[in-house]
Order: sequence, then structure tokens, then C-alpha cells
Amino acid sequence: MNYNWNWRIFFEPSPEGTGTYADMLLSGLSWTIATALCSWIIAFSLGSLIGVLRTLPSRGAQRVGTTYVELFRNIPLLVQMFLWFYVVPEILPGSWGTWLKQLPNSSFYTAVICLGFFTASRVAEQVRTGIETLPRGQRMAGTALGLTTWQTYRYVLLPNAYRVILPPLTSEFLNNLKNTSVALTIGLLELTARARSMQEFSSQVFESFTAATVIYLGISLIVVTVSSKLETRIAVPGSR
Amino acid sequence: MSAIDPQASAKPMIAIDNISKWYGPVQVLNGCTTQVTKGEVVVVCGPSGSGKSTLIKTVNALEPIQKGAITVDGIGVQAKGTNLPKLRARVGMVFQHFELFPHLSIIDNLMLGQCKVLGRAKDDAHDRGLKLLGRVGLSAHSHKYPGQLSGGQQQRVAIARALSMNPIVMLFDEPTSALDPEMVGEVLDVMIELAREGMTMMVVTHEMGFARKVANRVVFMDRGEIVEDATKDDFFDKPRSERAQTFLSKILAH
Ligand SMILES: Nc1ncnc2c1ncn2[C@@H]1O[C@H](COP(=O)(O)OP(=O)(O)OP(=O)(O)O)[C@@H](O)[C@H]1O
Ligand SMILES: [Mg+2]
Repeated sequence: MNYNWNWRIFFEPSPEGTGTYADMLLSGLSWTIATALCSWIIAFSLGSLIGVLRTLPSRGAQRVGTTYVELFRNIPLLVQMFLWFYVVPEILPGSWGTWLKQLPNSSFYTAVICLGFFTASRVAEQVRTGIETLPRGQRMAGTALGLTTWQTYRYVLLPNAYRVILPPLTSEFLNNLKNTSVALTIGLLELTARARSMQEFSSQVFESFTAATVIYLGISLIVVTVSSKLETRIAVPGSR
Repeated sequence: MSAIDPQASAKPMIAIDNISKWYGPVQVLNGCTTQVTKGEVVVVCGPSGSGKSTLIKTVNALEPIQKGAITVDGIGVQAKGTNLPKLRARVGMVFQHFELFPHLSIIDNLMLGQCKVLGRAKDDAHDRGLKLLGRVGLSAHSHKYPGQLSGGQQQRVAIARALSMNPIVMLFDEPTSALDPEMVGEVLDVMIELAREGMTMMVVTHEMGFARKVANRVVFMDRGEIVEDATKDDFFDKPRSERAQTFLSKILAH
């Protein structure tokens, strides 16, 4: 293999004319982080709601929850991305569709919504499992005290369920982070997309993707560290 | 403050009127009728699977029924307009496995219902909680967590938690049967004191010593039916049904 290694490429100006290749990657990184965080907010809140629906006594509520999960978990993420980006604006009432298509950064908003809804289905399953692993008597104890169903979830079931599912939730968070790269297919200039254009412009394929890999690994490492710190902080004294 | 109704003392605190319950096709309660009047202690006993837990849980509607009616302090438990959380707040319940909230400290366990259901101010709830902990002999443990206490201590906290709501009646479902033998006494002592103070109590238990000491009546269940509903002395001295006799001879044998 005859390859010209050049690690200083990062400090050379990119053909875009707004900075170095390093700046280009950093801008990709900030889109990646913004997309991951915003979609996680949706995923976490919507996922918790759907997960709770699946544990309510009401059959109707359970059915709504199950339908959501099966729908969003079983369609490939890439297909969902295309559906949100190309199909949804077409089927919306005329003016809304046009507004959506002309929205600046529309690929960012689309990616946030798409990932949020997709990851919500996975968060929902974790939340449901977490609630179901709690002793049945916990719900009864809350109810017997006079707490409403909502209060029983808010003050008794969910605080315990989240503690149980923190490790799997962390890996869902990381999956969501990695899945942001799928958004390059709808034109979001996130980290992977930026690494690819760097490789195209400079032909330094190894440097470009090594950088992307190291950055993804770095974020994962930070997330895992924060999560385990959080786990110790919220651990209940005297448990296990 | 309304004037005391002269009939109030005669009215039952809990009236269970001919109730039946099914789990799917399986009938677990069959035409049960009994009452608990104010200040009375009623012990419910019977073989495993006879429906004791189910019966006691129907009183605060933790278990729905398909037939019959229950009233608590005159309020229909199954009646359409009944505010169940409000009704449940006035009925204390103690479970076999304590069911303290593991993520809350002991004092927070005692404050949750007071603050969120009764709307008491934090300071007030805290003070009342500490007083109740003193009453069950656990003042020193207010900042510990349930997982740091023994079973007997947890059950005493659970009783204090139920009392924090100032209930008009207390339900107990085998409160000592998950405890190591050496801890049974400390929990029974709290319950006996409560009974002596005049609390209305419905207690599922096999602790016949407790029944002899403080019960007014004993309800004996078998296969979903109330087979015997007698005063304490009648139940122990001359049980009418054969099933109650067999049960008593078995349980008093050890
Ligand atoms: N959720 C349920 N679904 C179906 N059957 C149930 C359920 N809960 C209880 N049962 C059945 O109802 C009957 C009465 O149960 P219950 O728990 O009230 O009995 P118990 O007298 O409290 O028994 P134990 O002394 O073992 O606590 C039993 O036959 C039991 O198998
Ligand atoms: Mg039972």
C-alpha cells in the first residue's frame, strides 16, 4: 500500500474557505451533539409516556402503547428518516408542507423528530420492563395511601424504575448518538458527513475516519463515565 | 363540627354486604357479609388461598368486586361518585411485605402521603412523622432508608406510615408472616397498643395470641366464604363449624 500519511492535514484550510479541516469536523461534531441531545429529550419523555401506557390497567392505553412500539421499532431507521424527510411534507396540507420544506436547517429538525420517535420506542420498552420488575405491592402501597395513579407513577414507580434501567438507558442514549449519523442521508452535516467530505476533498481517508472514530469513542467514554457517576449518586442506601 | 349523631356509634365503620368476586372464571369470594363497628378489632383467619387477602383488599377497592356492596364510614366504595383516593387516604393499610418506598428515607416515607394526598405543609408533616416514629420506637432511624432496617423495623415504619394519614380504620394483611420469629413480637406490640387506643382494625393474621388479647370478633374464611363470624370467646371456645374446628386444632397445635 502506498499511502501518504499527513496528520497535519487537520490544520490545513478546507476548500470551503471558512477554516481548517479541524474546524469542519468540529462543526460536524456540534451538529451531532445537538441532534443527539434534542432527539433524546423527545425520546426520553415520549418513551416514558408510552412505557407507562403499557403498564396501565386500561386495555385501551396498553394497546396504544403496544402499537406505537411495534410500529417505530420495526421499521428500519433509514426508511423512517426518508419517510419523515420526503413523504411527510408531501402528505401535509399544502401550505404546511411548503413551510416545512423551506425551513432553514430542515434536515436537523427532521433528524431530531425522526430519532426522537424511533428511540422513544426503545426507551418505552425499557421503562415498561423497569416498572414491571418492581414488586406488585409497590403500586398497591401507593394507591392505598391515597395517591392517584399519576402520583403513584410520579413518586413511587418511576423513581424506582429509572434506577433499575439506568444502564440499559445509557446504551439507548449511545445508540441514539450513533444513529445521528444516519441523518447524513437527508443532508445533515453531522460528524460522519463531515469526515466524508474531508476525505473527498483531501483524499486523506485514514486520517479523516480515524478522527471521526476517535471522536465518537471519546463521547461514548464521557457518556459512560457520567452515567456511572450518576448511578452511584442516585443509588439507594441499603439496597443490594 | 357537627353535633354527634346518636346513631353514629351503632353504624358500622366497615360494612361488607354479600360480596362476590371472580378472577376470570374462578370465584374467589362467595357472598361474604360482615361488619366492623367503630373501635372494634376483627381478626380474619382461614387456610391459605381462602380469600382473606382478597377480602381485605376489597375494603379500600384495591380489588374490585363483581357483586354486593361495601361501605366505609357510610361511603359506598363501589358507588359512582366516590372519590377513591380520598376514601383510601382515610383507610390505613399494612402489607405482608411492608412495601415501604425503597428510594425514600424513613421520614420521607412518612411524609409522602401527608404532603401529596392531604396537602399538609412539609414542616407539619415532618413533625407528625417524627412523632409517629417515636411511637413505634424508631426515632433514631428517621434518616435511614428502608433497606437499612430489619424486617420488624420496616413493618413498624409501615404502620407509622399508615397512621400518618390519620386513618379512621386500619387494615392489616398478615403483617407478621414475612418476619423472622424474633421480630414478630415488636410488631404485634405496636398493633396491640393501637387496638387498646381504640383504633378500628381489620386484621388478617394467624397469630392467635394476638386475637385472644385484643380481638373482639373473629371471622373465619374457607374457600372464599365466611364460614364463621363470632365473638372471640365463642370462636375459640365453641367453634360451630367443623372446618373452623379443624383449622383451630391445626394452628393451635404449634
Ligand atoms: N391476581 C390473581 N389472579 C387469579 N387468581 C388469584 C389472584 N390473586 C389471588 N388469586 C386466587 O384467589 C384465591 C384467594 O387468594 P387470597 O390471596 O385472597 O388468599 P389468602 O387467604 O390471602 O391466602 P394466603 O393465606 O396464602 O395469603 C386463591 O385461590 C388465589 O389463587
Ligand atoms: Mg393472603
